[in-house]
Amino acid sequence: MARNGEQLLLLVGIPVLLLVFFSQVDILPTQGLSSIAFLVPGVLALAVMSSAMVSLGIATGFERSYGVLRRLGTTPLGTRRLVLAKIAATCFIEIGQLFLITMVGLALGWRPDDSNWLLIVVAIALGTICFAGIGLTLAGRLRAEVNLAAQNGLYLVLLLLGGVILPNDELPRIAESFAQWLPSTALSQLLRAGVNGQDLAMKSLVILGVWSITACTSAVNFFKWSE
Amino acid sequence: MSKSQCELRTLKLMNMRNSTSENALSVRNLVVDYSDLRAVGNISFDAKAGSVTAVIGPNGAGKTTTMEVCSGVRTATSGTVSILGLDPQRDRLEMNSRIGVMLQDGGVYPSARVGEVLEHYCNLFGNRQRASDLILAVDLGSKRKATWRKLSGGEKQRLSLALALAAKPELIFLDEPTSGVDIVGRDLIRELVRNLANSGCTVILATHELDEAQRMADHVVMFNHGRLIADSSLQDLLGTNQTVTLRTTNEIDLTALAQHMNCHVEQNGTEIRLLRSSDASFIARLSTWFAENKFVLNDLNSGAPRLEDIYRELNSASERVDN
Repeated sequence: MARNGEQLLLLVGIPVLLLVFFSQVDILPTQGLSSIAFLVPGVLALAVMSSAMVSLGIATGFERSYGVLRRLGTTPLGTRRLVLAKIAATCFIEIGQLFLITMVGLALGWRPDDSNWLLIVVAIALGTICFAGIGLTLAGRLRAEVNLAAQNGLYLVLLLLGGVILPNDELPRIAESFAQWLPSTALSQLLRAGVNGQDLAMKSLVILGVWSITACTSAVNFFKWSE
Repeated sequence: MSKSQCELRTLKLMNMRNSTSENALSVRNLVVDYSDLRAVGNISFDAKAGSVTAVIGPNGAGKTTTMEVCSGVRTATSGTVSILGLDPQRDRLEMNSRIGVMLQDGGVYPSARVGEVLEHYCNLFGNRQRASDLILAVDLGSKRKATWRKLSGGEKQRLSLALALAAKPELIFLDEPTSGVDIVGRDLIRELVRNLANSGCTVILATHELDEAQRMADHVVMFNHGRLIADSSLQDLLGTNQTVTLRTTNEIDLTALAQHMNCHVEQNGTEIRLLRSSDASFIARLSTWFAENKFVLNDLNSGAPRLEDIYRELNSASERVDN
């Protein structure tokens, strides 16, 4: 999926651009953190959503409309192994994203002295399973063009309501109480705790875990090989 | 084609784990509805293990839909299908590991390379076949590094066939395998199909090219408007539909001719068809009738008709019943 230029923009261009722009233009409320310390975990969460949900989901939707999946559906692969293989492939892309965002963050003055890398890796792994599940559920049921719009629309909503770039406590009360249950909120809070060496946010871990199991189960069970 | 390539053609292309049941495929009362259209309406047929069954009919007759249900890609509205004794939905993964499916079009990423795709499919089936052997078997040795989008129509079909063979299948579905393929490619595909059947693999061949079906099939299932209009061995179908055809420029009294020859007579332009098998005395009586009436008699032919003519005949008969 990284062979296409537009995918590269989504996977690398946008996260790096946001990181550079908002670290230089200091307009975000950053919950008492330096802007770069606030941004690195948010951009990591955004990168996970871009690669695991949007990029994977759109590519899979087109694979389905090209008939690639219809043909694969006639092999012993099965939906479970398809979903697992896609998650594994996404992990490789994310290793590249993590490396790049870390490098750019370091260049912009981020100091990961207190970071809990185990928590970061666990959060990224759970986030990948969760967002790949959501992306593949949509891709496995919707027509390619509708899927494209749905993935982008959902991405925007999860981004704005997920404390990714903008902290959730800046949202209106009603939106905030809804947003706390979203997987993007759970992921960004887990990553923020990991990157800045804060206490493990158990609630976020449970929310993201439940989302991961639900999303993957629905992807495996509702996936249709042909349109 | 080199000698080694010819030898590869006779490779053991099917899995020797043969099905024990006589019918490798069995369809019973199959109905498939799309939102507002009945694509397949209550059909039943069987395919014997190790035979080549041609599923024929015009575009939109329900062939592809039936093949999709049989190969597990689509669910039936009602009815049952059994493939090698397995249910295509319930036992899908086991069935998929024992069958090959050649789709009508597409199904490969445009930027994927021939060698890569074949390697990938051989891996999915546990490397029962070697990709390098399959590439040679379908004569794509020189295209190993070419991308799917750069292949000609015929080359794409041959790659599709090779992908279906990666399973070393006990049963293979071929959907329009020779469409868009040049004459050399057609010969190669026919030879591969024949080798498959000879080695015990059941071949289900959907096509609207009736000449192709006549060349390859042992058994014929004819579709129109989602229904079966024939289900018979090719030999029986051709044997029971013997005709005598001739051309004449004269105005012929068809009723008189039918009475004289004691058979059904049809006229299409200058062509006249007498629907029955013939022997020398029948031909002699026919020639004498023409001579006595001083009618022109050209292009006299007797024997098995082309499958195309039989299809036309059965089709118009089924439309007459409908009306």
